[in-house]
Amino acid sequence: MMILRTLKRQPLHGYALAQHIKRASDDLLQIEEGSLYPALQRLLKQELVKAEWGTSSTNRRVRIYKVTAAGAKHLQREVSSFERMLEGITRVLAPGES
Amino acid sequence: MSYLSKLISRRRLYRELSEEIQAHLDEKIEELVADGMSREEAKQAALREFGNIGLVEEDSVNVWAWPSVEEFFSDARYAVRTLRKSPVFTAVALLTIAVGIAANTAVFTVVNSVLLRPLYYPKPEELVALHQIAPGAPGLADFESGLLLSPSMYFTYAEHNRTFQSLGVWVTGTANVTGLAEPEQVRTVFVSDGVLQTLSVPPEVGRWLLPTDQVPRGPERVMLSYEYWQRRFGGSPTVIGRNITIDSQPREVVGVMPKGFQIVDASFDVLVPVGFDRGKLILAGFGYHGVARLKPGATIAEANADITRMLPIWMDSWSNGPGTNSHFYETWRITPMIRPLKQEVIGSVGELLWVVMGTIGVVMLIVCANVTNLLLVRVEARQQELAVRTALGAGWLRIVRGLLVESVMLGVIGGVVGVGLAYAGVRFLVAMGPANLPRLNEIGIDARTMGLTLILSALSGLLFGLIPALKYARPRSRSALQSAGRTMSVSRERHRARNSLVVGQMAMALVLLMSAGLMIRTFGALRKVDPGFADPQHLQLMRISIPVSLITKPEQVTRTQNAILDKLAAIQGVKSVGFVSAMPMEGFDSGWDCIFAQDKTYRDNVMSPLRLYKHISPGLLQTAGTRLVAGREMTWSEIYELQPVVMVSQNLARELWGTPSAAIGKRLREYSKMPWHEVIGVVQDVREKGVQETAPEIVYWPPIMENLFGPGPAQAVRDTTFVIRSDRAGTENFLNEVRAAVWSVNANLPLASVRTMQEVYDRSVARTAFTLVMLGIAGAMALALGMIGLYGVMSYTMSQRKREIGIRLALGAQRGDVLQMILRQGMKLALVGIAVGIGAAFGLTRLMGNLLFGVNAHDPLTFAGVSGLLILVALLACYIPARRAILVDPVVALRYE
Repeated sequence: MMILRTLKRQPLHGYALAQHIKRASDDLLQIEEGSLYPALQRLLKQELVKAEWGTSSTNRRVRIYKVTAAGAKHLQREVSSFERMLEGITRVLAPGES
Repeated sequence: MSYLSKLISRRRLYRELSEEIQAHLDEKIEELVADGMSREEAKQAALREFGNIGLVEEDSVNVWAWPSVEEFFSDARYAVRTLRKSPVFTAVALLTIAVGIAANTAVFTVVNSVLLRPLYYPKPEELVALHQIAPGAPGLADFESGLLLSPSMYFTYAEHNRTFQSLGVWVTGTANVTGLAEPEQVRTVFVSDGVLQTLSVPPEVGRWLLPTDQVPRGPERVMLSYEYWQRRFGGSPTVIGRNITIDSQPREVVGVMPKGFQIVDASFDVLVPVGFDRGKLILAGFGYHGVARLKPGATIAEANADITRMLPIWMDSWSNGPGTNSHFYETWRITPMIRPLKQEVIGSVGELLWVVMGTIGVVMLIVCANVTNLLLVRVEARQQELAVRTALGAGWLRIVRGLLVESVMLGVIGGVVGVGLAYAGVRFLVAMGPANLPRLNEIGIDARTMGLTLILSALSGLLFGLIPALKYARPRSRSALQSAGRTMSVSRERHRARNSLVVGQMAMALVLLMSAGLMIRTFGALRKVDPGFADPQHLQLMRISIPVSLITKPEQVTRTQNAILDKLAAIQGVKSVGFVSAMPMEGFDSGWDCIFAQDKTYRDNVMSPLRLYKHISPGLLQTAGTRLVAGREMTWSEIYELQPVVMVSQNLARELWGTPSAAIGKRLREYSKMPWHEVIGVVQDVREKGVQETAPEIVYWPPIMENLFGPGPAQAVRDTTFVIRSDRAGTENFLNEVRAAVWSVNANLPLASVRTMQEVYDRSVARTAFTLVMLGIAGAMALALGMIGLYGVMSYTMSQRKREIGIRLALGAQRGDVLQMILRQGMKLALVGIAVGIGAAFGLTRLMGNLLFGVNAHDPLTFAGVSGLLILVALLACYIPARRAILVDPVVALRYE
């Protein structure tokens, strides 16, 4: 979901994506950078993202990932269900309304 | 993109991924360097942050593909690589498997073709052989064929049955075909109406023999076999309607049967209608095989009941002539024993083939045990590698699979090589097999055999891979990593699998060797039996038949035979000559008749046991090397004057009169009309039906005798085997001179079944010889494999115990003591194996009781001898590695590793 969300904002290549997520989460989420790739491959396979060879800002040949239409829809669904879940959790945890 | 194309494009996937990851790392490094880190540090940090590159790559690729297939391919690739890296192990394992598979495939091919594949007739399950026994008629019905059908039985059964669609009778014979090229003796089958209908195989060209062709003295018709049609007429369809001369009688060819067609188990050149003359039939004449097709749904039990019901009808409808009692045959207790035609065709070979199949199966087990052992040793040596793999994160399932893939691959490659060998093996088996192996022409490797071989290879691969795989793939990486290569001596537990395998191998080897040993003893016992003839390789045999249409007068027939004898005797190198209606073991149906002795009383004047009879010429006994026990031979003048003389076999003389000499001067005859014949000689017993069978009582009549029934003063035996004793027997030159001699007497006489008595003898013991050779091969293979197994275990143990032995020696142990200790350990395995084997053999050899002769299935000599041999060889297998181990310099051994 995080990957899709990040990519939705702008198409990125692997390393940039990793940095983005790191920065966005303020280094709260400590994930191995490598684990990004299997996840990306899964998304590719489900055709939620697509990849194109391009050039990075440092002039390397990299694969740039872009969210597909299906990906966008999937993201929306995921986000809304996540929000509902979050809402539920918040309500349960909200103090003193009983 | 389909899975398949992804599988194919996975190289590209890999390349792109690594490129991408590399770019990632590079960028990271650059950034870190820009932040002021040194390049080395940056590289380390980047890798640390990224995680396990290999795992990431693999996981990423796995997203795409069917992982098990991927892994299988990688396992397979890995297996090929490891196998190639240890060529000696691979070669030994492959060779062992290939030989095992080849032996199994070859034997199964024969078993499959002979026993399992259905007969080639349509709806073969309905076909039965009209077999019957007659426990009340000793002699005649004692042998394999039981009591055959008489023509009157055939008519009764054909007309009154309720359970058969059709039935017919047939008998094999020979006939002379003249007028084509050289006179030629051909194999004939005489068939009644109903035989072809029952077998239901349509003709290749022309038509079947029809009821109208069965009319006695009607139009003479004949059918040809495909093979004879090709050989003599080049397969020309114009042969239909052509006349060929069979036994000087022109017959019109009406059809040709298709290729490979046989009447039950008889192949033939020409098919002749019997043409029974109904009006002249009597009850007797039990000389025909019956074949029938059951009505759909009818069972064999119902058919048996049907025949039992018809036997009284048969006795009521026919007679043996005025003054005879038709119901006399009740005393014979004729009982139908109808059996499926397939069983009739296979005969006694079935049991033999199953024994061979069983032994070869045991050899395959030993092969598996041996390869398992090899693999165990190998896996042990690879423990460190496996531990490293486990440490690197391989699941144990993955490792098991890897090992299994490797062993199955060994099995399958071995199988493929084995099938190649099997083709050669089948040829060998067919050439080696008993000459009377049924369905010989049908033997070939088919899809079923190939399938079985493949399954067998894969299964055996699994079997011998499973034990080492399960044993060593368990997660225990740390201890393995630490201890590998540093063991003092090997733990007991590690040994157990290998030890039990060796024990199993020894036991199975013992069982096979025991069977082989029993067969050797059987063969020895057979060789020791006096068959009733001597020095068979210098006895030349040939069949000569003189048909009525060629020479009518009986006396002239005998004179012609006499003239042939004289010509043959004149050939250079011929010691003596004679002729007889059939030599022992030749397989020609002999005549049986009731024999009455003058000084014995018989109930009803009809009751007397049936005896085998032969017609014999002067000189035959001396030629064949058959001893005259008492009295003398008949002379030619007695024969031509129709003097009532006869000779009998020793056992008949003993049975009737107590001693051979007491028989001389006694008189006997066949029928009341026949004059009494005086016994002038007693002949040693002859193993007429084969060395294994007891010698039957035999009456020897002169070659020409007073005529009892038909017109004319006498009747002569027309189908005879001529016997020549000469050191030149069997040579081509000699045979040419023999032919010239025969044809100088009458150029229309073909020579048939030209062979030496040795060949006849060998054929009769072919079954035993075949079993012996097969069991011998299996036993030798088992012995060799068992020894390799023991040797392998011992030498491996020794290499593991080098340090221990070194320490013992360094501490002052005597080499002899150490050697003894090691030998004791090895022999313990061997002895346990032998003990288990003796137990198993005790039960199993009883199964081959029918194949044995003159030796008990629990023959102590064989048991002791084989055990001794095995102990001896086992000692050797232990001694070599043991000796090598103790000769090691203790200092070297201690420094080792």
